[in-house]
Amino acid sequence: MDLSLNDDQNMLKDSVERFVREQYAFETRRKNSATATGWLESNWAKFAELGWLGIPFSEDAGGLGWGTVETAIVMEQFGRGLVLEPYLATVLLGGEAIARGGSAAQQQAILPALIEGKKQLALAYAEKQSRYNLHDVTTSAKKEGAGYVLSGHKGVVFNGPSADHIIVAARTSGGQRDAKGVTLFLVDKNAKGLTRRDYPTQDASRASELTLDKVSVGADAVVGKVDDGFALLEEVIDRATVAVCAEAVGCMDALNAATHEYIKTRKQFGVPIGKFQVLQHRMVDMFTHAQESRSMVLMATLKIDDADAAVRRKAASAVKVQIGKSGRFVGQGAVQLHGGMGVTDELNVSHYFKRLTMIDSIFGNQQFHLTRYGQIMAEAA
Amino acid sequence: MDLNFTEADQKFRAEVVDFIKTNLPAEIADKVKHGKHLSKDDHMRWQQALGRKGWLVASWPKKHGGPGWTATQKYIFDNVCAEMNCPPIIPFGTKMVGPVIYTFGNEEQKQRFLPGIRESTVWWCQGYSEPGSGSDLASLKTRAVREGDHYIVNGSKTWTTLGQYAEWIFCLVRTDVNAKQQEGISFLLIDMKSPGVEVQPIIMADGGHEVNSVFFTDVKVPVENLIGKEGEGWTYAKFLLANERSGIAAVPQSKRGVESLKRIAASEQQDGKPLIQDGAFRDKIADLEIQLQALEFTELRILSSEAAGGAPGPEVSFLKIRGSEIQQRITELAVEAVGYYANPYLPGLLWQGSNEEPVGPAYATTAAPRYFNVRKTSIYGGSNEIQKNIIAKMVLGL
Ligand SMILES: Cc1cc2nc3c(=O)[nH]c(=O)nc-3n(C[C@H](O)[C@H](O)[C@H](O)COP(=O)(O)OP(=O)(O)OC[C@H]3O[C@@H](n4cnc5c(N)ncnc54)[C@H](O)[C@@H]3O)c2cc1C
Repeated sequence: MDLSLNDDQNMLKDSVERFVREQYAFETRRKNSATATGWLESNWAKFAELGWLGIPFSEDAGGLGWGTVETAIVMEQFGRGLVLEPYLATVLLGGEAIARGGSAAQQQAILPALIEGKKQLALAYAEKQSRYNLHDVTTSAKKEGAGYVLSGHKGVVFNGPSADHIIVAARTSGGQRDAKGVTLFLVDKNAKGLTRRDYPTQDASRASELTLDKVSVGADAVVGKVDDGFALLEEVIDRATVAVCAEAVGCMDALNAATHEYIKTRKQFGVPIGKFQVLQHRMVDMFTHAQESRSMVLMATLKIDDADAAVRRKAASAVKVQIGKSGRFVGQGAVQLHGGMGVTDELNVSHYFKRLTMIDSIFGNQQFHLTRYGQIMAEAA
Repeated sequence: MDLNFTEADQKFRAEVVDFIKTNLPAEIADKVKHGKHLSKDDHMRWQQALGRKGWLVASWPKKHGGPGWTATQKYIFDNVCAEMNCPPIIPFGTKMVGPVIYTFGNEEQKQRFLPGIRESTVWWCQGYSEPGSGSDLASLKTRAVREGDHYIVNGSKTWTTLGQYAEWIFCLVRTDVNAKQQEGISFLLIDMKSPGVEVQPIIMADGGHEVNSVFFTDVKVPVENLIGKEGEGWTYAKFLLANERSGIAAVPQSKRGVESLKRIAASEQQDGKPLIQDGAFRDKIADLEIQLQALEFTELRILSSEAAGGAPGPEVSFLKIRGSEIQQRITELAVEAVGYYANPYLPGLLWQGSNEEPVGPAYATTAAPRYFNVRKTSIYGGSNEIQKNIIAKMVLGL
C-alpha cells in the first residue's frame, strides 16, 4: 500500500497551489466576483493551458486520462483560494456527464472545445420539489417526431449564466419519482423556449433557474440511454461529491491556518488569546476535524472507481457526511475564535464559512447522506 | 404552584393583543415575520407608538415613566410582541443608557435625556468596544481629557450597532491613565453631530450594514455630559449589565423561530412528503423545542422568584449562553430545511426592500443570511467563553 502522491500528482498540486497563491489574493477574488460573470476568462485560459480542464477526460478526447485523485488535488487547492471559476460545473458535472454517457458525436463536439477552454457547461438536475432526490423529476420530455419536446423547470443550476450547453434531466416515462424514466438531454443555451433567471449565490458564485417552455431537441441530444439517465446522473454526482469534499478540505485547512495565526497574535487580557485553554481545545478539535476530513476524502477517491456501485455510493455518502459535520464545526469555530471580526464581510473567514455551508447544501446534505449510507448498509446486512 | 395566568393577567394580555392589532403596521409585521431587514423608520414608527402608550420602557420604575408592570406582565408583553411579529425594541436607549441615567445621572440629565428615550425620538448607540478591547473591555483606550468645561475625546469605537442611525452615543472613555485600569474609566454621553465624530460602516457576512466603526478626533464634549463621577464609569457599566436580564435569552423570539421552522418543514417536500414527516429532521426540531422549554422554564423560575421578592439565583447566568445557542440552532436547521434554495443570494430583497420575486420559496431567501448573521449572538454582549469563565468563577467558585 502507498497512499502518497506520485511525481506527476505532486507537480499538479504544486502548480495549482502556485496559481492560487499568485492569482487568488482575497481582495483580487473580491474584485473578480463582482464582474458580470463572477470569474475571469484569463484564469480559465490558464487552466486550459496547464491542462487542468482535461484531467478526467480520455487522451483520445485531448484530455490527460487521469481520475478522481487528480481532480481532488485541484479542488483542494481551489478550496484554499475560494476559486470562483466554474471548474465543478463545467468539468466535473457537465464534462463528466458527456464523457461517461455521451455519444461519440457529442464527445467530439464538446470535449475538445471544453478542454481548450472554449466551452462552458452546466448540469440541470434539481427541481423545486426534488430536494436531493435525483429521480424526483417533473420536467417532461415528450417524444415528437424524431426528437423530444422539453417542458418544466430546473432549479439552482450552477454556472447557468455562463454555460454554452446545459445538460437537462427530464422525464421520458414513469411517475414523478420513478428511478426509471429519467433521461439527460443536451440543450443549447440559445434553444427556443429556454429562459433563465440568473442570480448570485451566498458564496459569490452564479446560478440560474431555468424555465423550459416546449424546447425542441433532436434525438441526438439524448445523453446516455433513454429512460436510464438516473444511473449516469448519480454516478456523475457521486464523483462530483468527492471533488467538493476535497474543496472543503482546502477551505478547512485555510480556516484553521487563519484561526491558528489569529489566536497567536490577537491579545486580550495582556496575553495572546491562544493561551486560553478553552480556545486551545477548540482549535485542537478543529484541527482533528480537518484531518479526519482529509482521510475521508482519500478513502473516497480510492473507492469511487469500484466496479460495485454500492461501494461507490457508500464512499460518496460517507465523505459527504464527514464534510458536512466537520465543515460546520470548523466554520463555526473559526468565526467564534475571531470574535467580532469573524462575522464581517471584510475578513476572508466568513467567506470560507459560507462556502463550507453551501457545500453541505449541495448534492445532498449531511442528513441526506447519513440516511443514504444507512440504507445501503442495512440492505447489505 | 400554578402555571396559569390570573384573570387580571389574561385581561392584560388581551389589551396588549388589541394594542398591537391597531398600532403595528401590517407591512412591518410582515418584514419581521420573514426575517427581513427593518429600516430606521420601521423601528421608529413602532417604538413611537409604544412610547405614546407609555409601554416602550417596560422595565423602568413608574417615577421615571415606566408602566409599573409586574414581572409577569413584562413576560406576557414580550411574548405577545414576538408572537405578533413586532420589531424587537432597540435596547441601547431603553434597556441600557436609560437606566444608567435615571440611576446615576443628575436631575438635569434626567430631564434632558429620559423623555427622548421614553418616546423614542432620539436614537442611541453603545460605544464600549474598541479594536483592541473586546472581551477585555477594561483595557479600552479612547481618551477624554478635561479642558475647562469640556472633555476632548480622541480614539475609536467599533462594532457600534446601528450607529449609522444614532443621534447620541454613550461611551466608556479613559479619563485617567494613571489610575488602576477599571478606575480610570468614565461614562460619557456624546452627540453624534459633534465635529470630529466620523462613522464608517462595517459590512457583516450576510451583506448587511448593522455595525460601524466610530472615530473621535478632538471631539469637544461638555462636562455636563458626564454621568455620575469621573472614574466610576466601570461601575455604571457593570450595573448596566446586571440590571437588564429580561430578554437576554430571547425566548419569545426563539419560540417564534421554532414555529416558523415548523412551517418551513411542513412546506418543504421530500419524496413527495412534507419534510417534517421525515423522522430524522422531525427529531431535530423536537430536540430544539425541548431545549427551548428548558430555557423558558428557567426564565419562569427566575420570574417567579423575582415576583416573590427574591433575588435571582445562579440560574440567570446561563440564560445568554443557552439563548444564543438555541437562536443559532434554529437558523442552522432552517438552512438544512431549504436544501438547494439556501444558495441564491438576493441583496435587493434582503437589504433594499425591492419587490422582486424570490428565487425559491420566500422563506428561503433569508435562511442562509440569518444563519451567517446570528453567529454574532455567541460573540457580542460578552462571548460565550467569557460567560462561562464568569459562571465558573462567580457561580461555581472555581
Ligand atoms: C454584531 C455585533 C454587534 C455588536 N454591537 C456592539 C455595540 O453596539 N457596542 C459595543 O460596544 N460593542 C458591540 N459589539 C462588540 C462585542 O461586544 C465584542 O465583539 C465582544 O465583546 C468580543 O470582543 P472581540 O470581538 O474583540 O473578540 P475578542 O475579545 O478578541 O475574542 C476573540 C475570541 O477569544 C475569546 N476569548 C477572549 N478572551 C477570553 C478568555 N479570557 N477566555 C476564553 N476565551 C476568550 C472570545 O470568546 C472569542 O472567541 C458587537 C459585536 C458584534 C459581533
